[in-house]
Amino acid sequence: MSANLSASLYLVSGVLFILALRGLSSPETSRQGNLFGIIGMIIAVAVTFLSVDNFTSGFIYVLIFLAIGGSIGAFIAYRIPMTAMPELVAGFHSLVGLAAVFVAISAFKNPAAFNLGSPGNIKLASLIEMAIGASVGAITFSGSVIAFLKLQGIMSGAPITFKGQHLLNALLLILIVILTIYLCSTQSSNLFWILIAVSFLIGFLIIIPIGGADMPVVISMLNSYSGWAAAGIGFTLENTALIITGALVGSSGAILSYIMCKGMNRSFFNVILGGFGGTEQTSGSQNKEQRPVKSGNADDAAFLMKNASSVIIVPGYGMAVAQAQHALREMVDTLKKNDIKVSYAIHPVAGRMPGHMNVLLAEANVPYDEVFELEEINNDFANADVAFVIGANDVTNPVAKTDPQSPIYGMPVLDVEKCKSVLFVKRSLSPGYAGIDNDLFYKENTLMLFADAKKMTEDITKNL
Amino acid sequence: MEIDPFIFRLSIFILSIFVGYYVVWSVTPSLHTPLMSVTNAISSVIIVGAIIAALSGSDGAVFSSSSIYGFLAIILAAVNIFGGFLVTQRMLAMYKKKKKDK
Repeated sequence: MSANLSASLYLVSGVLFILALRGLSSPETSRQGNLFGIIGMIIAVAVTFLSVDNFTSGFIYVLIFLAIGGSIGAFIAYRIPMTAMPELVAGFHSLVGLAAVFVAISAFKNPAAFNLGSPGNIKLASLIEMAIGASVGAITFSGSVIAFLKLQGIMSGAPITFKGQHLLNALLLILIVILTIYLCSTQSSNLFWILIAVSFLIGFLIIIPIGGADMPVVISMLNSYSGWAAAGIGFTLENTALIITGALVGSSGAILSYIMCKGMNRSFFNVILGGFGGTEQTSGSQNKEQRPVKSGNADDAAFLMKNASSVIIVPGYGMAVAQAQHALREMVDTLKKNDIKVSYAIHPVAGRMPGHMNVLLAEANVPYDEVFELEEINNDFANADVAFVIGANDVTNPVAKTDPQSPIYGMPVLDVEKCKSVLFVKRSLSPGYAGIDNDLFYKENTLMLFADAKKMTEDITKNL
Repeated sequence: MEIDPFIFRLSIFILSIFVGYYVVWSVTPSLHTPLMSVTNAISSVIIVGAIIAALSGSDGAVFSSSSIYGFLAIILAAVNIFGGFLVTQRMLAMYKKKKKDK
């Protein structure tokens, strides 16, 4: 296949990838978008086979390896529970990162196959691109592995910090730049290996200080890194499809990190420097005096909801932990049968990754046009009769609006307290991720329902 | 003076960042998780490089010290491509509209 033709076809697959993302602007077009993505991928792979034009025994092996990887991927995709999507995505990021490292190593060892010169005499520009691709790929890999372990609970979600951490990271980053410069002048393979090793170390070091509550930012950030790694390799291979995709994924991840940071009212640097989510318990422990709370049972809750004309559900990650989403949908079905208007309010950081709560609700057959984002629904709380908070905590805390001393001050929160009455399903009065007390518990119009989310929801349904 | 092809690639790269920026802002927040899984899948187009690397060996020696990395990368990227697209499809199939009847 001529170089011009293959380059044009790579461009086509790049455009199809853009359309794949474009499709996600609405659930109706999203499935078509995914199809565009698949076609784009098939074109890219087919063009590569045709332009390498080596259909010997190696080709058979490539197909075998492709089939092995593909079946593992397909198996995981069908088996993974939706609650584990963050782990899955973190795991997948690490694979992209490692693949980028491997491709860079291979290009470094055998540059002739990629038209980059000969070993020890690689074109300068290609060498720089290769070093960037390998380095970002390695950071993505080790960072994602740590994120995966933290999400999976194998590693504690608590931030790991030590003295001089930031200085060490800065020094290692400078070291990478120096190594790259020396690599370009000496073309030494030892330096290349050291570069990769140091990058692995950096990825590890920048994720360990980040707490469990900040995982949505971390996953988005690693998403972005995996894109930049792909783009770096794209420059090395002079491949348009890879450059376009890398840029798309890189900016996508960056935007998602930004949205997540905004949802928590934290600056990106604040998250990256770490130490949040587990350690700060300053304001929570100071005013420990017992304040009266009203608590109720399923019967009371059912009575309140039966007499309401509109109910807003505020789900949080706790709901998913208790596996209460199906029970919740059944409760809502019963409410709807009684002509009560029900909608769901989702905070941007409600799940453990961007949009996670929406997927969990969709899995429980909740129609997506009943689910609203914070900006869309926040004004409706004042007109609603009952807010049903299940598994959420910090994102409903009115302190974020009133107390400038609070660590979550300024974070956008759902105006749950404006509802006529609030039902708050929770096991105890313990604070949430941010480690602070929720003022909502002590409001006049709040009824606490102390129970397991799933059991409570089922009991309410029975009483309706 | 001729323009270095690198500049062309850089132009594509920069423009794609902008395209990505505007396209991703138009993605509805309820689909942010599928967005992440599909970006995951498409970034595995890096398999293109893996295939070139894997096929760089000669006929007699398919697995050379450089092509072996290509084969390893193929497995990793293939897990991601199939896993990413299929899990996205599985998620998107769950998004349903309200049924009009009761």
